[in-house]
Amino acid sequence: MSQDSLDSLVTSENDIDIRLDVDDEYEQERQSGRRRKRRRRSGDKKEKKKKHQRRRSSSSARDGREERQTKKRESSKKQREKHFKERTTERNEEEAQTSSVKATKTNKNINNEKTRKTKTAERETEKRNEKKMDKSPKTIERKESEGKNTDKSKERKKHKKVQNSSDEEKTKEESEEDKEEQEELDKEQEEVRSECLSPEELEKLKEAVDERKKLIQSLRVKPWPMKKKLVSLRESQEFVEKYEGALGKGKGRKIYAYKVIMTKKWMKFERDFENFKTTLIPWEMKIKEIESHFGSSVASYFIFLRWMYGINMILFCLTFGLVMVPEALMGRPYGSIPRKTVPRAEEASAMDFAVLWDFGGYAQYSVLFYGFYNNQRAIGWLKFRMPLSYFLVGVGTVAYSYMVVIRTMARNANESGIGDDNSFNFSWKMFTSWDYLIGNTETADNKFASITTSFKEAILEEQESRKDDNIHLTRFLRVLANFLVLCCLAGSGYLIYFVVRRSQKFALDGLENHTWWERNEVNMVMSLLGMFCPMLFDVISTLENYHPRVALQWQLGRIFALFLGNLYTFIIALMDEINLKRKEEMIVKYNITTWENSFNGTVSENSTATPISLHPADVPRGPCWETMVGQEFVRLIISDTMTTYITLLIGDFLRAVLVRFLNHCWCWDLEAGFPSYSEFDVSGNVLGLIFNQGMIWMGAFYAPCLPALNLLRLHISMYLQCWAVMCCNVPQERVFKASGSNNFYMAMLLVILFLSTLPAIYTIVTIPPSFDCGPFSGKNRMFDVIHETLESDFPVWFSKVFSYASNPGLVLPFILLMVLAIYYLQSTSKNYKEANVKLKKKLQMQNEENKKKNKRAALKAQMDLEEARKASSQQKHVSPRRHQDVNEIHCSRQRHYYSKNGRNPAPPVGDRSLRRSAPRTYQHVNPGPPGYLPGLPRQSETRMHRVPSLQRH
Amino acid sequence: MGNKQTIFTDEQLDAYQDCTFFTRKEILRLHGRYHELAPHLVPMDYTNEPDCKVPLSLIVNMPELKENPFRNRIVESFSEGGDGNLSFNEFVDMFSVLSEMAPRELKAIYAFKIYDFNVDNFLCKEDLEKTLNRLTKEELTPEEVELVCDKTIEEADLDGDNKLSFADFENMISRAPDFLSTFHIRI
Repeated sequence: MSQDSLDSLVTSENDIDIRLDVDDEYEQERQSGRRRKRRRRSGDKKEKKKKHQRRRSSSSARDGREERQTKKRESSKKQREKHFKERTTERNEEEAQTSSVKATKTNKNINNEKTRKTKTAERETEKRNEKKMDKSPKTIERKESEGKNTDKSKERKKHKKVQNSSDEEKTKEESEEDKEEQEELDKEQEEVRSECLSPEELEKLKEAVDERKKLIQSLRVKPWPMKKKLVSLRESQEFVEKYEGALGKGKGRKIYAYKVIMTKKWMKFERDFENFKTTLIPWEMKIKEIESHFGSSVASYFIFLRWMYGINMILFCLTFGLVMVPEALMGRPYGSIPRKTVPRAEEASAMDFAVLWDFGGYAQYSVLFYGFYNNQRAIGWLKFRMPLSYFLVGVGTVAYSYMVVIRTMARNANESGIGDDNSFNFSWKMFTSWDYLIGNTETADNKFASITTSFKEAILEEQESRKDDNIHLTRFLRVLANFLVLCCLAGSGYLIYFVVRRSQKFALDGLENHTWWERNEVNMVMSLLGMFCPMLFDVISTLENYHPRVALQWQLGRIFALFLGNLYTFIIALMDEINLKRKEEMIVKYNITTWENSFNGTVSENSTATPISLHPADVPRGPCWETMVGQEFVRLIISDTMTTYITLLIGDFLRAVLVRFLNHCWCWDLEAGFPSYSEFDVSGNVLGLIFNQGMIWMGAFYAPCLPALNLLRLHISMYLQCWAVMCCNVPQERVFKASGSNNFYMAMLLVILFLSTLPAIYTIVTIPPSFDCGPFSGKNRMFDVIHETLESDFPVWFSKVFSYASNPGLVLPFILLMVLAIYYLQSTSKNYKEANVKLKKKLQMQNEENKKKNKRAALKAQMDLEEARKASSQQKHVSPRRHQDVNEIHCSRQRHYYSKNGRNPAPPVGDRSLRRSAPRTYQHVNPGPPGYLPGLPRQSETRMHRVPSLQRH
Repeated sequence: MGNKQTIFTDEQLDAYQDCTFFTRKEILRLHGRYHELAPHLVPMDYTNEPDCKVPLSLIVNMPELKENPFRNRIVESFSEGGDGNLSFNEFVDMFSVLSEMAPRELKAIYAFKIYDFNVDNFLCKEDLEKTLNRLTKEELTPEEVELVCDKTIEEADLDGDNKLSFADFENMISRAPDFLSTFHIRI
């Protein structure tokens, strides 16, 4: 049998449990009944197995494996049925002492769950029962429960009938029976094994074992109570343990056993590894704590931060392991060549802290920056191809980042699924708006408020009585707001350009004779703009009167534009500077060649080949624009980090301290009034993080130390912000859902990634590298390193193939092909989308139709019921009692079948007459199908299994 | 951490890991939390599976639950008798279902139970009203509540019986974008 059916069985049983519990409350005899049920539930599987086995007993020899108790020979099935009927009738008459009677009558009474085969006479069982009864009432019940299932359920049915229970109950019983039967099938296979093993049986057994294994694996997704899960787990494990070794014979057996052992070991390893992995996830508890205080949206920032940290960790490993460490270990040491030495003019101040802080001096001439690397093709005893490695790491960083971001986006898109569906507006609000993570009173209050507002808004929208107050005014205000924002953006762009220009002038003058502010003007201005412009935007956006969610998006978009504008102005200014430096370089180069020429001339005259060995610090050198770019980015990152931390300390911590302690001696309530405590600004922080990352991507090629710096920064901000949030922020008043915006942030990250790789790639491709610094010095373009490697490190044919492949005649068709493929995929996806929409529409139509149909059916059923009731009231006192029982079985089955069809037709007359004493409210109220809970709709499958099992016996 | 072994046997831990979405460490932590709730009731040693239950009133005061408007319902729907007293098994079960890893289907089943206040296996109007009042702290007017409940039933009810069966509920919740992200508790 399939796993599916097993599942459905299992679920249906679970449903039954629930139902039974419910109904019990309405029962008079609920105590005993329920206990019995429960007892049975816990032990039912084993009993079922036993029972079933007994049924098949004639065919199979006993091996008496687990016998512990006395046994009883089983009579034939017909006989049993006879018993069964007699018993039921008897029980009707003497309901009071049902239990003892039942026990006597039970053909296959099993006292202990471990009993497998019963061989002794009925009398003995009886005696035992009596003994047990003396011992404790519980044992009796258990015994009872261990009685024949059919008997029991029947008996229970009877009870219920007398107590006016609904017919649903019986349906349940039936399905329970089905389930039991199913289990018997399972066990049957198990039993078969113990004797002879024909191939088919073996196959069956194997199936059963596999099934159990599957069950074990899927146990955790089963909606059962834990106790049941544990029991079934243990059983399944025992089963698997016992029988899987027996599978296979001869050679196959050994291999199979080996395989089993290996899979077991592997599973154990996997679990341990999983455990280990979860302990490795950093800051889990911190984030959890924040989550419970501030809800999922604030926590989403920290999760994003952690994710970013992971990415930077990989980038750091790449640059550190493949570029910095090899150069430091195997490259030429400091001071050996000019590019690795501090020039004579700077030597005096090279160790000053102020210089080092600006990443000048010794920091500039170290592995941290591009200029330090030598253009030696292979270094060290490993023959490590340094320039190639440098280039490939630069490319790999970007490629890896693209890959990760896009993959994450795709996964997020999958998770969020189809979110544009608006057909369940109210239901979703009702059932999914509460964030179960919230564990903080204030957050909870805010959440209550926001839910209330959202409901009110939805109601307003629903009523469509939304009054548009002066649309012209709002329009005007919105245009005005956008104009103001544009002004801000343009102003900030100009300011940055101006400042960068000014700083170039300062740089030409020499940095020493300027103040600290003048030296750090660019970075400070950029950071300050990034700090104050968003606040300005926030003020401006109050003009617009948007819905908060829309307003948030506008706000994010504006900040994004601001940052982007700033960054690009910065880059453009940097480009200017690069050009300046290159001009300077040309001059230096010219000077050097003339100087060398004159020097060579004197040398040749002397003819003693001892060139004056110039100390590397004295050698004239070019300005090395790459290092300059790297330095700029590093400074930018540092100042950005500093401003972030300082605003955190002042804006959040100091404010919180002041508000808390000055509140006692102030004329108004500081906590509730003006300054109050600050909120955690999720969107602003996320944006800051994204831009920070963009700068890393942009500058990492020229300053290999950037990922390391960023790692440090993220690490510190994790702790700092966690602490700040917990100690001085209050939960947001407007609580937004985090899930929807996740991909929004990701998309921004992707845009930034693209925009930041653009200038980097541009400089790499178009500008020739400096002649006397960096791994690519002496080459015309940086990517020439690839060519060089191809030519000298690969066989000739390879470079030939490569040159053919890079021939435009091949590349162009390839690009064309790609474009075609993209076009094709896009059009198919469009088609799919359309089909999707159509299907959705269809589904909706069908739903509506179904609703109508069902309503009609319900009406009809009600009318039928009325008629039937009339009829039954005429029939009162007619049907004899004994008849009822037999009838009732059939009826309940019939009813079951009917109910599966989705509609309840009028129940058969005989049945109705039986149940006349019932208030009948049930059917009245619920004309729909009884498939109220999962699993029950699947009952039809269960039923299918029942039939063959009956036939067999 | 040294006394790990005395709380559960390895087999028990493995069994719990098979039955829930938790790792070994989390199960031990859960036991710690459970023990904290009622130190005088809950033994530290669980190797022989003692039979003890922690009453509802203590469980709903856990920080994870105490702000939840449905806390009583959550605990009740995971207790075997429906009375809200949880044994450790049920306690673990509860947080397993509410954990991040639990699949949508499983969560939906229990969400349905939680919102089904009168345990009749249907979300009828009465249930919806209670849900709504707890969500909004009864700040909506009765008319508004009425309207919202009607709209909800109208949206989600597929078979036209004016209440939501599990099938209706599942259909609705399976498309909800926020259900998975909000219906979980980290512990």
